[in-house]
Amino acid sequence: MSTTEERLAAQKRLKYEKAGLDAIDDRLGSSGFLQKALDKIFPDHWSFMVGEIAMYCFVVLLITGVYLALYYVPSASDIVYHPTPGHGYMPLAGQHMSEAYKSVLDITFNVRAGLIMRQMHHWAAVVFMAAIAFHLCRIFFTGAFRRPRETNWVIGLLLLLSVMLEGFSGYSLPDDLLSGTGLRVVFSIVESIPFIGSWLAFDLWGSAYPGSALIPRLFVVHEFLFPLAILGLLTVHLMIIWRQKHTDFPGPGKTETNIRGSRLWPQYAIKSGALLMVVSGVLAALGGLFQINPIWLYGPYNPFTVSAGAQPDWYVGWLDGSVRLWPHWEFRSFGHEIANPFFPGILVPGIVFTLMFAWPQIDRWIYKDHAAHNLLDRPRDKPFRTAVGVGALAFFTDLTLASGTDILGNDLHIPFERLIEILQYGVFVAPLVAGAIAYKACQALQRTGTHPIMKPVGGVLIRTADGAYHTLGDDHGGHDGNGHANGHDGNGHAVDGHAVDGHAVDGHAVDGDGSAHNPEEDITEPAVGGAGPGDA
Amino acid sequence: MTTTDHPSVGPDGVEEPSSSAFYEDDDAKVKLHFGIDPHEPWPDDVPRGQDDSRWRFQDNPKLARMAELKIAFCWILTLLAGIGFAVTYVVGGQTQAEGALLAVGFLGMGVGLILWARDLLPGTEVTASRGSHNVSDRSKREAAAEALNRTIDPIARRPFLFRLLGLVGGVFGLAALFPIASLGDRPHRSLYKTAWGPGVRVVDQDNQPLKPSDIKVNGILTVFPENGIDDAQSSTVLINLGNAPFDVRPGTQGWNIGGLVAFSKICTHAGCPVGLYNSTTHQLVCPCHQSTFDVLKGCNPVFGPASRSLPQLPLAVDTEGYLISSKGYQEPVGPGFWNRA
Repeated sequence: MSTTEERLAAQKRLKYEKAGLDAIDDRLGSSGFLQKALDKIFPDHWSFMVGEIAMYCFVVLLITGVYLALYYVPSASDIVYHPTPGHGYMPLAGQHMSEAYKSVLDITFNVRAGLIMRQMHHWAAVVFMAAIAFHLCRIFFTGAFRRPRETNWVIGLLLLLSVMLEGFSGYSLPDDLLSGTGLRVVFSIVESIPFIGSWLAFDLWGSAYPGSALIPRLFVVHEFLFPLAILGLLTVHLMIIWRQKHTDFPGPGKTETNIRGSRLWPQYAIKSGALLMVVSGVLAALGGLFQINPIWLYGPYNPFTVSAGAQPDWYVGWLDGSVRLWPHWEFRSFGHEIANPFFPGILVPGIVFTLMFAWPQIDRWIYKDHAAHNLLDRPRDKPFRTAVGVGALAFFTDLTLASGTDILGNDLHIPFERLIEILQYGVFVAPLVAGAIAYKACQALQRTGTHPIMKPVGGVLIRTADGAYHTLGDDHGGHDGNGHANGHDGNGHAVDGHAVDGHAVDGHAVDGDGSAHNPEEDITEPAVGGAGPGDA
Repeated sequence: MTTTDHPSVGPDGVEEPSSSAFYEDDDAKVKLHFGIDPHEPWPDDVPRGQDDSRWRFQDNPKLARMAELKIAFCWILTLLAGIGFAVTYVVGGQTQAEGALLAVGFLGMGVGLILWARDLLPGTEVTASRGSHNVSDRSKREAAAEALNRTIDPIARRPFLFRLLGLVGGVFGLAALFPIASLGDRPHRSLYKTAWGPGVRVVDQDNQPLKPSDIKVNGILTVFPENGIDDAQSSTVLINLGNAPFDVRPGTQGWNIGGLVAFSKICTHAGCPVGLYNSTTHQLVCPCHQSTFDVLKGCNPVFGPASRSLPQLPLAVDTEGYLISSKGYQEPVGPGFWNRA
């Protein structure tokens, strides 16, 4: 097809390309690494994209954050607001406020394109946490944390904690009434820690509440400490993924020792770059069209005022809900007391995160599975783990709902007292019920047989009781894995080679009229050997 | 499998049994790693011999042309959105337009890139070995152990120095942490004190002194000690209960002026201002966590996570008829802490 000119042009391009690569390699000797990197294979599944969405939210946060930092004034000094019409927010004219709050008003009303930067920044933070939470669920439910990836599970959780704290510190920077109230609650929680609480609270705040040191300190924490921590942890997270290679779902021809997907260059890199564009686009749309955290409506913070309907950003909701639901217990004796906020504010999240950090060990202990895995579990194949995960989600949902009892009670016309009582029971009941349903659903899904998306490898040859042979599906697994048309239930032909647990290798074919017959009469084996060595 | 077969044999052919104990459970380790012998040299994860140089519409110039047009359309959309964004900015900026134009720009670029990669760039699914990166072979592990051993044995020979190093490091490290203490004041008694005291005038938000008649029946007002509006510990609610019968707890006789009572506004649960007053039930509700206090029963908590009553401020009237506190709060206000007793 190619003409002489095309060939010549191609040769010329190659010449330039080689000259460029030579120039680099002469200095760094990097061609070997480059070739390996460009050829590196990445498995493809939509759920693997969510972690990338989180990473790209971080990119958007860094860019918009630098812009905002150029205008923000980290000072709690009291000033009087003097806006002029068209330059500022007139309803707050003449009010006392901190310089920090005023600078955020200025970013909002006086800096051109300031509001979209601020709203994109806040939306990106909210989506960042959502993507992290989804990513965490994906890792949990598919068993991707198992050996050899326990380290990255721990690093991922450290990232989750850092991002939560980073988000909360950023949310508090504007020094508005809503976030200030949140900080008051945090002070009380810190104060409630046994032995060191009040000293720790005074060290963090610099003095008695509210003091004037916290805002500049939060700025340092939000601009420097946590971004650095996130950047460092993220780097290690990605290096380990690069080293260990991504997990993949089981599927035809996939084994524990091979990897299937597209190479880094060009498919993966360009599509990932496209994802950065799409994430930025969605965040720009959210930031431009959907108001978030309108601090000018909340007003400046002062310690004796509060607005009804005080809810934090969504990812802190479960902690706020925990503080709301914990009964009125305190412990006082020997001249000391453990104040109420300690239990829901420190103990509950402490237990929750300890369990999360320990989960790979707990999981290993439950399943007695010390082996390394590159192929993921289907959630249904590990009903107990799935039930635990769904129960945990129900627990977080219950607590998150609890952080909105005032608003929900109003909307649903239920007194908030009743709603809180319902949710207090819900903390225990909801996880158990949801977990039990999940467990049963997993078992039911297992009985439906093969994978709903991946078709089984090979066909299945069945010899019936009267000696006749027929195949289930064609050679490349052309049937839907249900097989009811053939009069066999799902158990009879789950020889797709991915049944890591052996659940699907029951081998008891039951014929159409339901009478069981001797399994040894059934010859069920893959007609096409496609299963890898690690699948058995 | 040549050198790794007898790794514990030294260069002079003498067995060195010490290092092989390190790998006693070697067979178990083999099983842990995907059922593959980690000592076998593995191919790396780069696919070889698989042709993924084809692109989707290679054999269909018509569809390729269509794809090219679609991609060009997306990217031109980005171009226009970029110009539109710049114009919007220059003419004064408008948040919604900026957002929409940025979104169109980014999404056009992204969708165009996705179509480009999918339809016109080479690369189909390929399979490769996962490579040897997950585990090192035995000789490498032993070499690493040996390298580490260069210091472990000498350290073990001189336990005194090792322990001294630990002690010195611990003490010095602890000493280096002392500057953390300059981060904040010591709490001392500040959590027990407010700006209230004997004879301090009760003022409103504008520092104006108040008379008992300024609060009408069922009225509520946030008040402060004179010249102490900025003291976050001192904010107080003044409530006129009128003729509603209320309990006077032991030790608080004479703290009210008729139906006029004063309680700390700082919730004893988590320190939010107890800002909501229901004048029909005479209950104060904290908007943060819904702790509810019955004003008629000495602001006893009747619902929610708070477990202590709101402290009461003893009220009096000075010679000019203005409200004063006859003494300060008799217990620490606000949420609990370890040394509160």
